[in-house]
Amino acid sequence: MTLKEKQQEIIDDFSLYEEWLDKYEYLIELGKSLEGLPEGKKTEDRLIKGCQSRVWLDCEKRGGVLVFAADSDAIITKGIISLLVSVYSGRTPEEILADDFSFLDALGLKENLSPTRANGLVSMIATIRSKAAENE
Amino acid sequence: MCDYRNEFPQLAREVYGRPLVYLDNAATSLRPRSVIACWDEISSVRTANLHRAVHRVATEATEAYEAARDAVKTFINAPEREEVIFTSGATHSINLAAWSFGEAFISEGDEILVDEAGHHSNIVPWQMLCERKGATLKVLPVGDDGAMRLDLLPELLSPRTKLIAVAHVSNVIGLVNPVRKIADAARAVGAKLLVDGAQGVVHQHVDVQALGCDFYAFSGHKMYGAPGTGVLWGRRELLEQMPPMFGGGEMIQTVRWAGTTYAPLPRKFEAGTQNISGTPCFVPAIECLRSMKQDEGIKERVYRELMSMTDVRLFGTTEDLSTKVPVFSIAVEGAHHEDLALILDKMGVAVRSGQMCAEPLMDRFGVTGMLRASFAPYNTMQEAEYFLTSLRKAISMLK
Repeated sequence: MTLKEKQQEIIDDFSLYEEWLDKYEYLIELGKSLEGLPEGKKTEDRLIKGCQSRVWLDCEKRGGVLVFAADSDAIITKGIISLLVSVYSGRTPEEILADDFSFLDALGLKENLSPTRANGLVSMIATIRSKAAENE
Repeated sequence: MCDYRNEFPQLAREVYGRPLVYLDNAATSLRPRSVIACWDEISSVRTANLHRAVHRVATEATEAYEAARDAVKTFINAPEREEVIFTSGATHSINLAAWSFGEAFISEGDEILVDEAGHHSNIVPWQMLCERKGATLKVLPVGDDGAMRLDLLPELLSPRTKLIAVAHVSNVIGLVNPVRKIADAARAVGAKLLVDGAQGVVHQHVDVQALGCDFYAFSGHKMYGAPGTGVLWGRRELLEQMPPMFGGGEMIQTVRWAGTTYAPLPRKFEAGTQNISGTPCFVPAIECLRSMKQDEGIKERVYRELMSMTDVRLFGTTEDLSTKVPVFSIAVEGAHHEDLALILDKMGVAVRSGQMCAEPLMDRFGVTGMLRASFAPYNTMQEAEYFLTSLRKAISMLK
């Protein structure tokens, strides 16, 4: 599945839920099922600034692609990062840098999450992009 | 009681198609029509620079501004109107006090005592002062119930203690601090007392003379007034000895290349163009505050319910609820404060989550943040019940 196809799949899944609380239920389920990071990897250098909750993002380069793993102490945030991980993990830096991350707008996540949270999302995206740029 | 509600237009709005239940009053209260009308009237037909010009509108604008000073003087029972200094908010007030008091009275090796449950605004300015002057910052801790450990006060005070800075009412814990007792202890060692009254003015009848403090600071936006307005009250004898923090227009007597002399109080501390629309709103804001009464039944109901909920840890507990204001900060086992706030938001309930500008207190209780619901007299029992039901639902969604 290409990056665009994966994004469309998420947009389709999300559109099944009309009520915000149902969307949150869905994100909570995603958050609970995300494997997360072992305690030893929740380090200061993996911590993303700009979130009210704490978010850790781990990035490894394996055979030309970037593999992301992430965790958060807040479950809705963890649900959102699980979406990001499912879209961007296993892609080449070039694929990631070519994307405009607009699928998050299509999900309505940016506008409807609280401002601090939106900042957190922006920080997460910025971190993913900078990891891609470092490894280009 | 519901009569109040019509006075606050924002209470009529909806969020996400649900009625707004506004429970973030400790951060910013809503504004009544009288305050909006005051702002509007001054902005519409009474705009001019204060104190300087002789023209008609300037006189009217100055009168409106100075009427606010009289209203504040009466409101807090200050001995003199010139002791009331207008600022942009409690943060500005405390920074001004810390800087100017520090310049006049603090030297290397002196000690300043702050309270552990204090807002960052009543911690950081004192840290900055201590760094600048080589003074030592000491901390008056709270107990597990959130109450100030007054028993530790004697050993924390010394002849080198120059100032104690405490909140009248903690913005997180919601407990009323024993300011009078602290004032007596301060006086015994010759220290001065600054009280952060940002929450205190909203919930307590403030009489600065009865409290026995030397400075009292508060904001307009938490007491139904205009944002960007605030007050620093200080005893004349101290204010006279303190140098101004800002130089500029209005705060001078004469300016010569050889040197400048300063205007008398309060203008010495009000450099620059004042908040000409906002500050006069203290008059209707104080009237509004005085006319409303908190329903004690709502406070008791929310307190008892939160205490009874499993997995909910309420910070700031007391046998005597008359010492607690309707500010409820909680942590929920297994549910992050941010998740709870996000879900409550979508249910129409506006609450605060995070560190509440009190990181040291979060560390004290071993949490990364809290969820805070803070009530005003215009909140109804029905809203309180809706909050409690919504909270239960949010917790069950997250578990």
